[in-house]
Amino acid sequence: MEVIMALAVGGMVAGAVYLILSRQYLRVMFGVILLSNAVNVAILTVGRLTTGNPPLIAQGTEVMDHAAANPLPQALVLTAIVIGFSLLAFALVLGYRAYQEMGTLDTSAMRVAEPEEKP
Amino acid sequence: MMDSLILRTGVRLLLPLMLLFSIFILWRGHNEPGGGFVGGLICAVGFALHALAFGVRAMRLLLKVDPRTVLGAGLLVGILPGFVGGLLSGAPYMTSQWLGAVGTPLLFDIGVYLVVVGAILTMVETLMEEGED
Amino acid sequence: MNAWLTAAPILIPMLTAALCMVAWKHPVVQRGLSLLGSIALVAAGGALLSIVLNQGIQVVQMGAWAAPFGITLVADPLSALMVLIAAVMGFCVALHALGDIDPVREKGGHHAVFQILMTGVCGAFVTGDLFNLYVWFEVMLISSFVLLSLGGLREQIDAAIKYVAINMVATACLLLAVALLYGVTGTLNMADLSIRVPEVPNQPVISAIAVLFIIAFGMKAALFPFFFWLPATYHTPSVAVQAIFAGLLTKVGVYALMRVFTLIFTGDSGWTHGILMVMAGITMIVGVLGSLAARDLNRAWSWQVVAHIGSMVMGLAIATPLALAAAAFYMVHDIIVKTNLFLGAGLVRRLAGGSTDYARLGGLFKTAPWLCLLLFVPLGSLAGFPPLSGFWGKLLLVRAGLETEHYVMVGLLLVTGLLTIWLVGRVWAEMVWKAPAEPPAMAISTLSFGRTYLLILPLLLLSLITVSIGLQPERLLNLAGQVGHSLTDTSAYVQAVLGTTPSPQPTLLGALETEAMP
Repeated sequence: MEVIMALAVGGMVAGAVYLILSRQYLRVMFGVILLSNAVNVAILTVGRLTTGNPPLIAQGTEVMDHAAANPLPQALVLTAIVIGFSLLAFALVLGYRAYQEMGTLDTSAMRVAEPEEKP
Repeated sequence: MMDSLILRTGVRLLLPLMLLFSIFILWRGHNEPGGGFVGGLICAVGFALHALAFGVRAMRLLLKVDPRTVLGAGLLVGILPGFVGGLLSGAPYMTSQWLGAVGTPLLFDIGVYLVVVGAILTMVETLMEEGED
Repeated sequence: MNAWLTAAPILIPMLTAALCMVAWKHPVVQRGLSLLGSIALVAAGGALLSIVLNQGIQVVQMGAWAAPFGITLVADPLSALMVLIAAVMGFCVALHALGDIDPVREKGGHHAVFQILMTGVCGAFVTGDLFNLYVWFEVMLISSFVLLSLGGLREQIDAAIKYVAINMVATACLLLAVALLYGVTGTLNMADLSIRVPEVPNQPVISAIAVLFIIAFGMKAALFPFFFWLPATYHTPSVAVQAIFAGLLTKVGVYALMRVFTLIFTGDSGWTHGILMVMAGITMIVGVLGSLAARDLNRAWSWQVVAHIGSMVMGLAIATPLALAAAAFYMVHDIIVKTNLFLGAGLVRRLAGGSTDYARLGGLFKTAPWLCLLLFVPLGSLAGFPPLSGFWGKLLLVRAGLETEHYVMVGLLLVTGLLTIWLVGRVWAEMVWKAPAEPPAMAISTLSFGRTYLLILPLLLLSLITVSIGLQPERLLNLAGQVGHSLTDTSAYVQAVLGTTPSPQPTLLGALETEAMP
């Protein structure tokens, strides 16, 4: 199972890199989404894939009395998803504003901050 | 803003239900899956639907306060309970204190709920206002 | 009490930010809060540093969860020093912002977001947990996105697009590195990692992960192959934002590199520190050449930020106590000088009518002689003129390099220094001595009396700090020496974090599958 997940992560990263290498800002953002999802899957995989019970301690007991799934990767993934979500929301709104301001999302045409030098 | 009678009627029914459900999820998160983040999302979606059906201004009237203020208040509600343990027994920040089943983690969760509602509604408001202009 | 002081660098700016947001509609209240919060942070930073120096490393376990499981906040000499310097910069920039920020940006929430940025910066300095470090980086990052695009000029949006894109990739790299390290060691606590990492049987994996960390933090710190975003963005936002970005953001990346590569990845130092060394050398040269090629004051300073990152990382790469002390000293010096330079460039821009292009500058000695005097301090310190702080930093680095026979690096450092002197001379000629291209569009005296002082006071304060470090370097040198020792001998750090609590048993994650966890 780990091998399949690793291959899946590899495939997603490959796709993400392909998209990020594009000049279109929107495609770059799609690539970033794919990349962050690949990383999330990777976190889940490195935390070992198990089919355990939810890591909740039953009422009245102090310790867990059964094998449980590792809760930490899930907490990490959740945090990463929330952060990624907010970053992405900002990035997309920024792209929208950029399109309004500059009329293009082609990053090689965005030369306002770094105008081309006249020799 | 969508001009649809079905949506408007639907939202009138749905909004109170969603608010109630969001609070239920918030409370359920105390010991079971759920929590402030999900609850806050549900609540925010309810208001966002209202904005979709009746416009952003109607939503603002319904909400009464600026979503940014909700965000700030949520942050405060999230930060302050962390001090309770320290004030009572000198424990480090964020040490939970319990009064029966209710404790400071619940307050923290309410803070998260408010932050999520505030943040999402700020986004919705800014984006939709731009669309309406 | 000490526990609260260790958490204070996070709590104070976070509370200030929350209060600023509650008072969203009242910019005047926000101004007051921002200033008060900054002053409180400086006080807390000072107290924390003195406690760390007198009583040793301070540790607090958040929520009273024991060390490798919960999130730990640690203040060792380096963290405490960085927190204090960051707090002083925060105060100076907040003060400058009161006079400089226009109403549009203020209504957009500059003060609240600025405080969140400070939360992220200080959080990254005091955290002892790798994932928590990632989270603070993100807090810093998202607030820097907002600050960068606040105001919404076309130029800013353009720059923000590039900054956002590169940083989101860097974020993914950092997260992946953290995840992989967790995968092989089963812990995220940095002190615990420093024990576990040498015990991992498959050491090449650790080296690979270390390189991933170099890439991730290198992007944040603007090291050689990843520096290109910095000169493209740093000249676009408002002056206060430029100053805090130039002063602090890249240095947080350097701090993270210093922390990770002295505490966790020390086993394969020939490989990892070798990479850092090469990157540092090229960064210095590329940065200084870029600054010479620029025809704009702000851009030249942006390139200089890159150049001097190289010097600090060189200290880290040599990794002797003296070199690490030199890196810490240089970092303090550089933070102060860069913040000062960008604030000064903002004033020059005001005087030159909204542009810092060399063609528009000139005649500053006639229009504002006092400003020339003030600007001479950071410029001289940047060039490394003897009585100022930059000289001592360079001297330490050169000595550390010579002791370990890194002659090429020392040569590169000295060439960088020479070229920087050239740049400073050129800037001085363009800005001060040259006849003005046109009559200045706006004199600073058109501002109200109070605002003028708010703009100048931070410059004066920072220049005073630079001069006092230069004239009395012993105190900071001793402190930097302590930092160097604490970074080379990390046993005190590990002892302080993990304490007397016995090392927890379930080492391998696989144990979770079969055993019940206590």
